Amino acid sequence: MVALLFLTLLGRLWQVQITDGRRYAGVAAADHVRHIAIPPVRGRVVDDRGRPLVRNRTAMTVAVDRAALRRLPSGGESVLRRLAKTLDRPYREIADRVRLCGPGVEGPCWAGSPYQPIPVAEGVDERVATQILERPEAFPAVTAEPQPVRDHPYGKLAAHVLGYVAPGDGDHPSGLTLVGKDGLEAAYEEELRGTPGRREVVVDSEGQVLRTVREQQPTAGATLVTSLDADVQRVVERALRRAARKAESGAAVVLDAREGRVVAMASYPGYDPGVWTGGIAESAYRRLTGGNAPLMSRALQGQWPPASTWKIVSTAAAAEDGYDPRGSYDCSGSYRIGDREFRNFRGVNHGPMNLHRALVVSCDTIFYRFAHQMWQRGTEPMQEMARAFGFGAPTGIDLPGEPAGRVPDKAWKRKFWEQTKADTCRAARKGYPRVAETDPARAAYLKAIAKENCARGYVYGAGDAANFSIGQGDVLVTPLQLARAYAALANGGTLFSPRVGKEVRGPDGRVLRTIEPPEAGRLPVAKKTLAYMRDALAEVPRSGTAAGAFAGFPFGKLAVAGKTGTAEAFGETDTSWFASYAPADDPRYVVVVVVSEGGAGGEAAAPAVREIWSGMYGLEGKKAALPKEKRF
Amino acid sequence: MTAFRSGSFDSRLLGRVTGELDFRGRSPGGAWRRLDWRLLAVVVALCVLGVLLVWSATQPRLLVDGGDPQTYLKRQALNVLVGLAVMVAVGLADHGTLRTWTPLAYLGSCLALAAVLTPLGKTVNGAQSWLAVGGLEAQPSELAKPVLVLTLATLLGERPGGDRRPRGVQLGLALAAAAVPLGLIMLQPDLGTAAIIVVTVFGMLLVAGVRWRWLLLLVGAGLAAAVAAWFLGLLKPHQVARLLTFADPMADPQGAGYNAAQALVTVGSGGAFGRGLFQGDQTAGRFVPEQHTDFVFTVAGEELGFAGSALILVLLWLVLWRALRIASQAVSPYGTLAAAGIACWLGAQTFINVGMVIGLAPIVGVPLPFVSYGGSSVVACLAAAGVLTSIHRQTPRRL
Repeated sequence: MVALLFLTLLGRLWQVQITDGRRYAGVAAADHVRHIAIPPVRGRVVDDRGRPLVRNRTAMTVAVDRAALRRLPSGGESVLRRLAKTLDRPYREIADRVRLCGPGVEGPCWAGSPYQPIPVAEGVDERVATQILERPEAFPAVTAEPQPVRDHPYGKLAAHVLGYVAPGDGDHPSGLTLVGKDGLEAAYEEELRGTPGRREVVVDSEGQVLRTVREQQPTAGATLVTSLDADVQRVVERALRRAARKAESGAAVVLDAREGRVVAMASYPGYDPGVWTGGIAESAYRRLTGGNAPLMSRALQGQWPPASTWKIVSTAAAAEDGYDPRGSYDCSGSYRIGDREFRNFRGVNHGPMNLHRALVVSCDTIFYRFAHQMWQRGTEPMQEMARAFGFGAPTGIDLPGEPAGRVPDKAWKRKFWEQTKADTCRAARKGYPRVAETDPARAAYLKAIAKENCARGYVYGAGDAANFSIGQGDVLVTPLQLARAYAALANGGTLFSPRVGKEVRGPDGRVLRTIEPPEAGRLPVAKKTLAYMRDALAEVPRSGTAAGAFAGFPFGKLAVAGKTGTAEAFGETDTSWFASYAPADDPRYVVVVVVSEGGAGGEAAAPAVREIWSGMYGLEGKKAALPKEKRF
Repeated sequence: MTAFRSGSFDSRLLGRVTGELDFRGRSPGGAWRRLDWRLLAVVVALCVLGVLLVWSATQPRLLVDGGDPQTYLKRQALNVLVGLAVMVAVGLADHGTLRTWTPLAYLGSCLALAAVLTPLGKTVNGAQSWLAVGGLEAQPSELAKPVLVLTLATLLGERPGGDRRPRGVQLGLALAAAAVPLGLIMLQPDLGTAAIIVVTVFGMLLVAGVRWRWLLLLVGAGLAAAVAAWFLGLLKPHQVARLLTFADPMADPQGAGYNAAQALVTVGSGGAFGRGLFQGDQTAGRFVPEQHTDFVFTVAGEELGFAGSALILVLLWLVLWRALRIASQAVSPYGTLAAAGIACWLGAQTFINVGMVIGLAPIVGVPLPFVSYGGSSVVACLAAAGVLTSIHRQTPRRL
C-alpha cells in the first residue's frame, strides 16, 4: 500500500515535470522574466547654423512602481495622497496617471508596461525630489530619477514648427517613450526617436529585479538639421507680434526662393512648448486649443482669401490667355456684371493703364473684365493657372496637418452647393431669427444670400469669376502656399515642395541623408511674362500700394519687391497680406506676412515685412540676422 | 486487505504489507553496532538535502533585505543537530525508559497544545499553532505526533491476559488519549496535522487488531463529524477556499489558488534534471509562499528536477520501508505499534505534503518530514527515527 502511494506521487511528478515540464517552464518564465524597453535619447533639432532649437535636458522625474504600490494597504492611497501634497498637485491627477489604460479607462492613464515605474511628475524641483528620496519609509514604491526631457533653448521660438512630444498611444511599444505629435517632432519621428534598447530581467514575485539576462543598449536618435535660422526666426516673430498684437492672429513665412527651403515660419499667437514637459494639464490644453487657438500653426494651416496678392495668378493667366500685358486696359471705378456693380478698391477710377500699372496700383476692375470675358467663353484659365501656382493642394512640406486651400471652380461650386443646400434652403425659408434679435439688418442680408444660394447656388456665375480674379470670395490659401507661389515667380518658374529639414545627422555627426526640396512643378508662364510681373512688383513698395509702409526704406541697399492684399470679410476688419521677395533683380528670399483682422495690406502686413527685411539684412540701424554669405 | 479481516495482531502481516519477510542480515554488535545504519543514513541524507533546499529558498530574500544570506542555513543546521542529538538519546533508550517517560511527555504535550490557544500562542497563516516562550518558538502540534504515537503504543500494546487484541477499555482509553490533542489541534485550527493524526490513530488501531466493525463505526463517526463541520460552518474561510481551489486550482490563480498554481508551475518548470541548486528563478523570485517550510518540495522540483524530487521521494519511501520492517520484526506489540504508528504518520504527512505541492491534495499546512524548515518538525521526525532505532535495537538477533 505504501509502495502504491509512492508510485502515485512519482507518477504525478513524472506527469508534471517530464510530460508537462516544458509548458510549466513557459508559464514560469512568463512569471519571472520581464522585458523592459530602455528609451533612447531623442535626437536634437538644430538650425541652419547648428544652434539647437530642441535638445534634451535632465529633469527629476518622480515615478511610482505600480506593482509595489498595489501591495500597500488600500492600494497605497495614503502614499499617493502624501506624494500629491509634496508635489503640490491634485491627488486625482496622480492617481489617474498610475491607472493602466484599458477599455473603459479615459485618459490620463498609463499605456506602458505595468512593470515599469510610471512617471507621475516630470521636471520636479531638485529639493522636492530630495524630500521624496530621503524618506523612503514615507514614500514606499516612489522613486525620483533624472530623466531626459525636451528642452527649448529659445523658449517660444518656432514652437509651431518644432512641434511637441507627448506620451505615445496604447499601441506604441512603450508608454515611456515620448512620441512626436506635431511639427518636426512628428514629421521626423522615425529619425529623432532612435532605437529603444531592450533589457530582459528576472524579477521576483514583488517585481524587484534580481538580475539582468540580456541587455541591448538603445541607439540615440539622429539630429535634424533644419534650414531655419534662429536669428531670422526671432526677427520674424518680433515683427509679426508687433503687427498682429492688436489684430486677431497672424502668420509669417520666409522661404529661400532659389532652393525652396524654409528659413523662418511663425504664427501668432504663439505658446511656450515647455507646457508639454511632464504631461500637459487639461486646463493648459484647453487654453491652447480654445479661443484664438495658440496651438494652431497658422503659417501652415491658416487659410484666408489671398486678395490682391492673387493678382500674379490673374495676370499670368491673362497673359497666357492672350491679353497683352503692355496693352491698355481701363481701370474704371467699377465694373458692371449683370445687375451688380463690382467696385475698384475704395471705388477709385485710375483710367486706362497696362498690367504693370494695374499691379502697382492694385486695380481690380481690369481683372474683373478679364474674368468676365473668360467666363463668357466658358473657360477657366485662371483656375488652371492657380493650380499651376500650387494652390488648391498641399505644398507637401515636411510638416504634418497641412490643408489644401481652395481653388473654387464650376465643379467645386456644384459640389459645395449639394453638400450645403439642405441648410441653405432651410435658412432661405426661415431666415436667421437668432441673428435678427440683435441685428435685423444683418439677418435680412443673410436671408437674402441664403435665398439666392438655395435657388442658384450651384451656378458658377460671372460674379464668382470676378471675385476669383482678385482673390476674394471662396478662394482660400495658406501663407505657405502663397510664399512658394511668390518664390516660383521670383526664381523664374520653379515651384518647390518646401522643406524645413535639411540634413539628418547620426549621433556621431555623420550625415545620414540630405534633404532637397523636390520640384513640384514649373509655372506654365513665359519667362518674359514673369520678368514683366517682377518689374511691376518691384515698384509696389516704391510707389505703389505699399509705398506708405516702405517710405524711407533704403532700396539702394536692398530692392524689395512685393504685392499687398486686403481681403474683405463681412462684419470683420480686413485681412492684411503682404507677399514680397528681394533682392528684386536677383531674388533670394520670399517674405509673406498675413495679419487676420489687421486692416489693409499696406497698413498691417507691409510694415511687418519691412521690419523683417531690415532685420534680415541689417538695414535701418538693425543688426543683420542673415550671415554675409547668405544675403545676396 | 483481506489479511486484516482476522482483526488479530500478527507481526508477519506487516511484513506482507511491505512485501518483505526478510529476517536475515542482522550483524552482532554492541549498542552502537545495533543501530539501524541504513535508516540513519537515509534520514541524515534527507536532513542534509533539506538544509540545502532551505538555504536555496531563503538566500535571495535575505540578500534583497540585506541580511545574512546564511541565516536560515545556520538555523536549520542547528535544528538538525539538535534533532540528531534527540534521535541518538531516544535511540539509545530501551522500551522501559520510553514507556516511563511517555505519560509525562503526553501531559506536557497536551499542556503545550492548550497553551497555544491562550495569548501565549502565535497565529501564523490563519492558525494559532505557535508557542513563543522567551526567544524560542515551537510548534507543539509537531512534537505531539511522536508523543501520541508512543502513548497509543503504550495503551494498546498491553496484553495482560495474553489477548490477541486490545480490550474495550484499552480502546476507549486510547481513543480518549487521541481525542484530547486532536481536539486541541482542531481548535487552532490545523486541519493537516489533524488529518495526519486521524490516519495515524486509525492505522495503529488496525495494526493493534481492533475489531473491524468498531473501526467502521469510527470511520462513520468521523465522516459524520466532517460533514457536520462543513455544513455548520465550523471551517474558517481560508480553509474552505483551499478545499475549493483543490477542485480547480487555476480558477483563481491570483487569489486562493495562488499557492497551488505557483507550486505546480514551479515544480513543473524544473523538468527532468532541474535548473541546478541556487539557480531556480521561480525560487529566487519567491513566487511560492512558505517555500522553505511547507513548500520546500517545490525548491527540489525546480532546482533538482524530476531526478532530485524522485530521489527525495525514494529516500522517504526507504524511511517508511525501514519503519515497517522494524514494526514487523519487533518483539513486543508495543514496538510493533510504535513503529507502525510512525510509519503511518510519516507516510500520511509525506503524501499530504507532496500531494498538495503537485496538485494531488488540498493545500493544508504540513511540513515535509526531515526536509522542511522548522525546529519542531525536524526534532519530532528525528525523535521518531530515534524510536525506530530503539525498537530495532531490541529485536532479537538471528544467526
